[in-house]
Amino acid sequence: MSRKLKVLIVDDSSVMRKIIERSLRQAGLDLTEVLEASNGAEALAEVQKGSLDIILSDINMPVMDGLEFLKNLAGVEAAKGVPVVMITTEGSEARVVEALSAGAKGYLRKPFTPEQVKERVAPLLGGV
Amino acid sequence: MRAMAKAGTKTLVPFDPSWKSVMECAILEVFEMMAATRLELNPSSTEEPRGEQTAMVGLAGSLCGMVTIRCSQTVAARFASLMLGGASGSNSSTVRDALGELCNMIAGNFKAKITSLADSCLLSVPTVITGDDYSMSAMDPSEGITIALIFDSEPMWVSLITHG
Repeated sequence: MSRKLKVLIVDDSSVMRKIIERSLRQAGLDLTEVLEASNGAEALAEVQKGSLDIILSDINMPVMDGLEFLKNLAGVEAAKGVPVVMITTEGSEARVVEALSAGAKGYLRKPFTPEQVKERVAPLLGGV
Repeated sequence: MRAMAKAGTKTLVPFDPSWKSVMECAILEVFEMMAATRLELNPSSTEEPRGEQTAMVGLAGSLCGMVTIRCSQTVAARFASLMLGGASGSNSSTVRDALGELCNMIAGNFKAKITSLADSCLLSVPTVITGDDYSMSAMDPSEGITIALIFDSEPMWVSLITHG
């Protein structure tokens, strides 16, 4: 039986949030609850509610970007052990390195396929 | 990608006509990966871009300019349905946002493939124009490429317009 997952998707584009959710489902992940946030500040509020299995976050967002979100996440008790995968359109290696240094466990570059989503996400969930 | 900020002092990268093949590859990849559809290149087309939906993403930094997608409302709606499923193509706001995201990913994928641009060129928030009674002019000096494509027997175009 597959593991049921509660995920948080952070992106300032509602269309992109839907695309990411759809890709996760197409990748065969069993999502029981999908929370959404349009920037890092909203995402921090969602994280405080606890019991997330994974977070997927855009890097470039208004109000609080993904890198700032990651840095703030370090001090949140409810986020301990919750893997974060960054999603970016940028080809910038520097930003990816910065995200990984700030605690991200992986990254996805747009465009991506459901298979690529699974390759990046599944190992962080202990096999699903 | 959001916020065309902090471009900083960058060496300008001159327009290179060989980018056409790079852009073609970037376009086809985005549609295959995000919409599970294969577009056909239409190199024999001599038509000017037309259609009621135009998505635009600005470039700033080492390359200044714009990437655009232009297509009919019908084609844009089909893309939204392919990307998001079901009846997404019937919601005009969703259709516009989906076309904007496609344009954003094409611009990002294109610059990721050119080493000299990857770290030094930023993308703007996508903008979508609805309507076909307009003309677009880039400030001189400008250069660019336009790639004609076919989706479901319908024409569409992706352009890269550079300034500088």
